[in-house]
Amino acid sequence: MSQHKISVTINGAVREAEVESRLLLVHFLRENLRMTGTHIGCDTSHCGACTVVLDGNPVKSCTVLAAQVDGAKITTVEGLEQGGKLHAVQEGFHEKHGLQCGYCTPGMLMTTSALLERNKNPSEQEIREAIAGNLCRCTGYVNIIKAVQFAAAKMA
Amino acid sequence: MTTPTLKTSAKVCGMGHSMKRKEDPRFIRGQGRYVDDVTLPGMLYMDIVRSPYAHAKIKKIDTAKALKIPGVLAVIDGPTLAKYNLHWMPTLSSDTQMVLPIDEVMYQAQEVCAVIATERYIAADGADAVEVEYEPLTPMIDPFQSFAPGAEVLRKDKKDQKDNLAFHWEAGDRADTDQAMKNAEVVVTENVYLPRIHVASMETCGCVADFDAAQGKLTVYMTTQAPHAVRTVFALVAGHVGLSEERIRIISPDIGGGFGGKVPVYPGYVIAVAASVVIGKPVKWIEDRMENLQADSFARDYHMKVELGAKKDGTMTALRIKTLADHGYTNASANPSKFPAGMFSICTGSYDLKHAFCEVDAVYTHKPPGGVAYRCSFRVTEAAHAIERITDALAQKLNMDPAELRMKNFIKREQFPYKSVLGWEYDSGDYAPALKLAMDTIGYDALRKEQAEKRKKGELMGIGICSFTEIVGAGPSKDFDILGIKMFDSAEIRVHPTGKALARFGTKSQGQGHETTYAQIVAEELGIPASDVQVEEGDTDTAPYGLGTYASRSTPTSGAAAAMAARKIRDKARKLAAHLLEVKEEDLVWEVGKFSVKGAPQKSKTIQECAFAAYTNHPQGMEAGLEATHYYDPPNLTFPFGSYICVVDIDRGTGDVKVRRFVAIDDCGNIINPMIVDGQIHGGLNQGLAPALYEQITYDPDGNITGGSFVDYYVPTSLESPNWETGKTITPSPHHPFGAKGVGESPTVGAPPAIANAVVDALRHLGVTHIDIPITPEKVWTILKEKGALA
Repeated sequence: MSQHKISVTINGAVREAEVESRLLLVHFLRENLRMTGTHIGCDTSHCGACTVVLDGNPVKSCTVLAAQVDGAKITTVEGLEQGGKLHAVQEGFHEKHGLQCGYCTPGMLMTTSALLERNKNPSEQEIREAIAGNLCRCTGYVNIIKAVQFAAAKMA
Repeated sequence: MTTPTLKTSAKVCGMGHSMKRKEDPRFIRGQGRYVDDVTLPGMLYMDIVRSPYAHAKIKKIDTAKALKIPGVLAVIDGPTLAKYNLHWMPTLSSDTQMVLPIDEVMYQAQEVCAVIATERYIAADGADAVEVEYEPLTPMIDPFQSFAPGAEVLRKDKKDQKDNLAFHWEAGDRADTDQAMKNAEVVVTENVYLPRIHVASMETCGCVADFDAAQGKLTVYMTTQAPHAVRTVFALVAGHVGLSEERIRIISPDIGGGFGGKVPVYPGYVIAVAASVVIGKPVKWIEDRMENLQADSFARDYHMKVELGAKKDGTMTALRIKTLADHGYTNASANPSKFPAGMFSICTGSYDLKHAFCEVDAVYTHKPPGGVAYRCSFRVTEAAHAIERITDALAQKLNMDPAELRMKNFIKREQFPYKSVLGWEYDSGDYAPALKLAMDTIGYDALRKEQAEKRKKGELMGIGICSFTEIVGAGPSKDFDILGIKMFDSAEIRVHPTGKALARFGTKSQGQGHETTYAQIVAEELGIPASDVQVEEGDTDTAPYGLGTYASRSTPTSGAAAAMAARKIRDKARKLAAHLLEVKEEDLVWEVGKFSVKGAPQKSKTIQECAFAAYTNHPQGMEAGLEATHYYDPPNLTFPFGSYICVVDIDRGTGDVKVRRFVAIDDCGNIINPMIVDGQIHGGLNQGLAPALYEQITYDPDGNITGGSFVDYYVPTSLESPNWETGKTITPSPHHPFGAKGVGESPTVGAPPAIANAVVDALRHLGVTHIDIPITPEKVWTILKEKGALA
C-alpha cells in the first residue's frame, strides 16, 4: 500500500503526516491525531456524525481519504471555540437543548456552523434541508432547529 | 391538572426548573468520552468474521492466510473458547446463546470467529482473509411455520426442547373472556403486526477489555445501560476461569444512545474479554453500523390477533389478544423473569374493561436473536398498538367518533388506584382532561369539518388519536428481577465539608440528562444548588449497585432513591443544626436549604453550615460525616399516560403520507426538568414516527436481511420529522417520593398508533380498517389502486 505525505491545516495548526492510501480522514483525525470529537455513526455516509468543514464546506470525513486533504483547511468541532469563547451554534445547542446523548452533536455543529457562514438568516425549511444529512436519534430535530435559529440571531 | 409551584430559587434549581444541562459543556466541545475514544497503551483491535448464511454447518475455518498478515496476532474461534468453557453464555432472559459456534451457525451475521491485530485496519484485513467453508442448510424464517406442529426443532442444543417454543405466557381468564366475547353485541377483529425494528442508536456497540494479569483485575469500558448487572453476569459466567466479581470493573462511559439496545451482553463483548485475558493486553472491539443493524438485538416482531367486544352503544366489554412472537435464534430479550412477554398485559390500556385475556407464544427462527425493549417498558409498545388500533376499528364499525368512544370507555378519575382485570394496579390517572386538551390544542372539531370537505373533493386527510397508558419503573422486588437480581435501584450522596455534594447512582444515562436531573432532585430535597451537586454513574467500582437505565425506570427508582437518601441526610443535618443552635430538634423548622428556630426565624443554620459541622463540630457521640445511601424498592410501578392526535395528508398519486400536525399531551406526574421532559418527548415521538412510516427489518426466504445498513434502514431525517407540539397535564404518582413517573418511552409507545389511526382514518371511506406499520407509500398506493382511488 502506498504512502502519501500530506500537509493539512486543522483548526489553524499545520499538521504533517505520512498516511496510507486507504486511511479515511475520520480515522486520521481520531486515531492519528487523537482528536476524538469527530464521531463515526455509520459506514455509508448517511448519518453525518463525522462531519467536518473542509475548505468551507461541510463534508463527511468517513468518505474522504486522508490523502485527499493535502493542502486543505479543516475545521473540526474542537476548533469551533475561539479564545475561550464558544461559537454561537455551540451556545445555541446548549441554550435550546439541542442535544441529548451528544453523539451526533459534533457533526450537527459543523454542518450548521457552515450553514450560517453562507446563509445568515436561514428559514426553518432551509435549516431542515441543511441538516438532512445528519441523523439524530434523540431530539426529534425540533430543538436543533431552535438552536440554529438562536445562533443565527446571536450572530446577526 | 395542577400547576406546579417552584419551591426553590433559580440559584438552587430544584424540581420544576428548566435547568440547562450540566453534561452539555463537554459534548458541545467534542470532549465527550465514548467507548471508541478510549485508547490504552498497547491496545489491540478486534474484528469479527460473520456468517453469510442464516443456517449452515461450519466445515472448516482456515486462518492461515489471516495469520500471515503482519500485525495479525490471533484468531479466536468457538473451539478456542470451548477450551475455557466460554463458548456459551446465558441471555438476560435465562435462555442460552453461543458466544462463538463450534460447528453450526444459526442466523445471518452471527459471529463465527474474531481476529486480533495491532491496528484497526489490520484486524479488518485479517477478518477478510479468514476462509470459512460452510455447508448451507435450510433456514426456518417464517415464525408460523416454526410454530406449526411437526416443525423441525431448531434448538437441538437444548436437551428438553421438543418444539420451537421459546415460551408460552398468558394473563387473564380465558374461559371468562371467551364467554364475554360470545355475549358481545359487536366484535371487531384485526390481525396487527408490529414489525421487527432496530434501535439504531447513533453510536454502535463496543468495548475495550483490559485484563491486568499482575493484579488479576479485569476492566471493561463498554456500551452498557446496566453496568452492575453485566459485572455480575461476567462473574457468574467466567468465575471458573478466575474472574471474581470484586476484580471485575465495568465502566460505562458516555453512551451515544441506548434505547434498550445496549442492555444485552453481545458475543463481541465476551470475545474481547476472552482475548484480553488470553493475550494479556487491552483489546478494543467496535462494531460497524452494518454489524449493529444485522446482529444486535432487534425489537418488536409481534404478530397479534386482536379482538374487541362491545355493546352497541360503544361500551367495551371484552378484549382477547393472541400473539406469535418471533424471537429469532434465542430469547435474548432482557425481560423481568416473571414476565417473559414483559408488561404486555397492560393491553387493556386506558379503558375500563372487565373481561380480558392475552397470550403470547414465542418461537425460535433462524434470525438474529432479541426481543429487546426498544424505548419501551417491555412490550408496552405492542400492547398499546393493539388496543389503540382496535379501539379505532370499533369506532369505525359503530360509526362513532373515535374521541367520543375513548371518552366513553376511559377509566374514571375516581376509580384510581385502579385494579385492572389483567392484574395491574394503576397508581393514578385522569384520562379525559388529557384527551380534551389534545383536542382543543389541535382544533379537533374544525379538523373534522375540514376532512369532510376534503373528502367531498376527493382529497385524503386523516385524524388519528391515541390515548395510551404506560407502565414503567420496574420494579417492586416481590415481582421483578432479572436473572434473580431484584429490580431496585440506588443512590449514594456525600455532602462535603464545604457544602457541595457528590451523588452516585446505579443507573446509567445514555442522553437522558441524569447529571442534571438527579442534581435537581438533591437540590430540591437539601437546598444545595444543583450546580454544586456532582452526579456520577456507570463505574461499578464507585457507584452503588443498581440494575441500570431502561424501561423508563431511572426516575421511578434511582430518582426516588436520591430523594430518600437526601432525606436521611436532612435528618442528620437537623441534629447538627439543633446542636449548633442549642435547641431541640423538634424546635426546628425546615425550609429549603436551612433550619430555623420556631418563632425565632433569625436564628438559623444552612445546610452548608450543618455540613461543615458534620466534619468540624459534630456533637459527642454522633458519627462524623454527612452521607447516605438508599436502595429504593418501589412499592408499585408508575403509570404515565397521554393523548396524542395526529393529522396526516396523503398524496393520491404516490401514496406518500405526510404528518401535517402532531399534538402530544403527556402526563408523567411531577416534572423534574420541563425542558428535558419536552426533549425526551420530541425524540420519542420521532422514534414512534420511524416504525409507523419508515423503519422495518425484513428477511428474504433464505434468511438474508434486506435492510441491514442505513442505505435501506430508513431513520427519519429532519425533512420527514414534523414540528412536534407538546403539552401536559400533571397527575402525580401517589407512591413515588416526589410524585414523578417515568416519561422517556411514552412517546415511542403512543405515536405509532396515532399515526396509523390517522392513515386508516383518511382511507376509512374506502372500507380500509387496518394497515400494518410501517405504512409505506407502496402499501398506500397499492390500497388506492385496489380501491380505484388513485389520482
